[in-house]
Amino acid sequence: MDVKAYIASGILELYVAGALSPEENLEVQHYALQYPEVKSEIEAIEKSILELTRTTSPKLSKDSFKTVRAQLDDVIQFKPEASERKTPWGNYMGWAASILLAVGLIGVYLQNNQLKTEIEITNQEKENLEQILSTTQEKVIDKEALLQQLRAKNITVVALGGQAVSPDSYAKAYWNPEESKVIIDAQGLPEPPPGYAYQVWSLKLTPLTPTSIGLLEDFATDESKLFALSNPNESEAFGITLEPEGGSETPTLEQLYTLGAVGP
Amino acid sequence: MDLDNLIQRFQKKDTVAFEALYDMYAENICGVINVILKDPERSQELCQDVFVKIWSKSDQYDTSKGRFFTWILNIARNAAIDELRSKSHKNQKKNLPVDSLVGIYENSEDLNGKIDTIGLQSLLKGLKDKCILLIDLLYFKGFTQKEAAKELKTPIGTIKTRIRSCISEIRKNMA
Repeated sequence: MDVKAYIASGILELYVAGALSPEENLEVQHYALQYPEVKSEIEAIEKSILELTRTTSPKLSKDSFKTVRAQLDDVIQFKPEASERKTPWGNYMGWAASILLAVGLIGVYLQNNQLKTEIEITNQEKENLEQILSTTQEKVIDKEALLQQLRAKNITVVALGGQAVSPDSYAKAYWNPEESKVIIDAQGLPEPPPGYAYQVWSLKLTPLTPTSIGLLEDFATDESKLFALSNPNESEAFGITLEPEGGSETPTLEQLYTLGAVGP
Repeated sequence: MDLDNLIQRFQKKDTVAFEALYDMYAENICGVINVILKDPERSQELCQDVFVKIWSKSDQYDTSKGRFFTWILNIARNAAIDELRSKSHKNQKKNLPVDSLVGIYENSEDLNGKIDTIGLQSLLKGLKDKCILLIDLLYFKGFTQKEAAKELKTPIGTIKTRIRSCISEIRKNMA
């Protein structure tokens, strides 16, 4: 730094006047510590101001400090006295307030946590209910669609009666030849044993020609026991047999559960 | 006794140190107040009040506030200006007389010979009015560089260079 230029700038005069910002003050002090010339210049400027201000003084009496001193005692005595009396109470009150505040805060914190937990539980319940609602809605839509199909104009209803292997069994086929679709209502069939599945056959009677139109998949888990299958055949009858899982090429007639002819 | 040490002891409420500081600066502080109030008796009273205030604020001084003298100078100026405003300028807070030092310099008999007129005149000898006015604003009224520039309708940079040359003249007069 150019110390001479810094001194000549007039910043030190402003520093002594108190006309600088705190940041500028610190900068000047920094240079004053670093450069003795800066420090002595500040002192010289201050000295000139001290000299100047001294001339305008109304000249104080020699014991003028006594008046000030008397008031200092007031300040000195007042402070400790006031604080001696006040400090313990102030302290106790302070601590008590702090403890109360802490307890209060812990209480609020715990309550807040409790509320958060309750909100979480409620949210979980809400989600579950929404899930149920959504599933239910889907089911309703499915059933409505199904009902719509069952009620269609061209539907042919075929009742399938129980056969020798299971005389109490029954089923119904709702066939829509135009759309080549058949819906099997298998509510009257017993649950198939493990490793077996029901297979639906479309039959031509003369000569007897079975054509597989599909398996009743996931029989046990399908609550409605309604199965939509594709049937492009000119069926004369429908039969349901129990076959090994995956189905068979030809029906196992010993395991024919239900059979019904398409009405005239 | 070195100044830094005195200030440290003063900040620890050492009355002996404070008395030493009072002896060093009381006349100066009272002089500043007197320039603002132009009332020697009231200035003495206010000056004592200011030192009590300095004592009670002792923990507020730190070096970011500048020189110790600058700090107490600031307290004194504020107290005197407040006094002046509360007395006669209640409704015209901005309307402080700006020519007090020039006025005192030129008509020092106004203060009934209670100040060191000879000393003042020898210090300010040869200084132009605009110099005395700038010294008044910066040292006695506590104007910032910007405020002084606005008051004197001068560029801000001029304030710095001008105060440098004005103070230099006083220093020459002192020699």
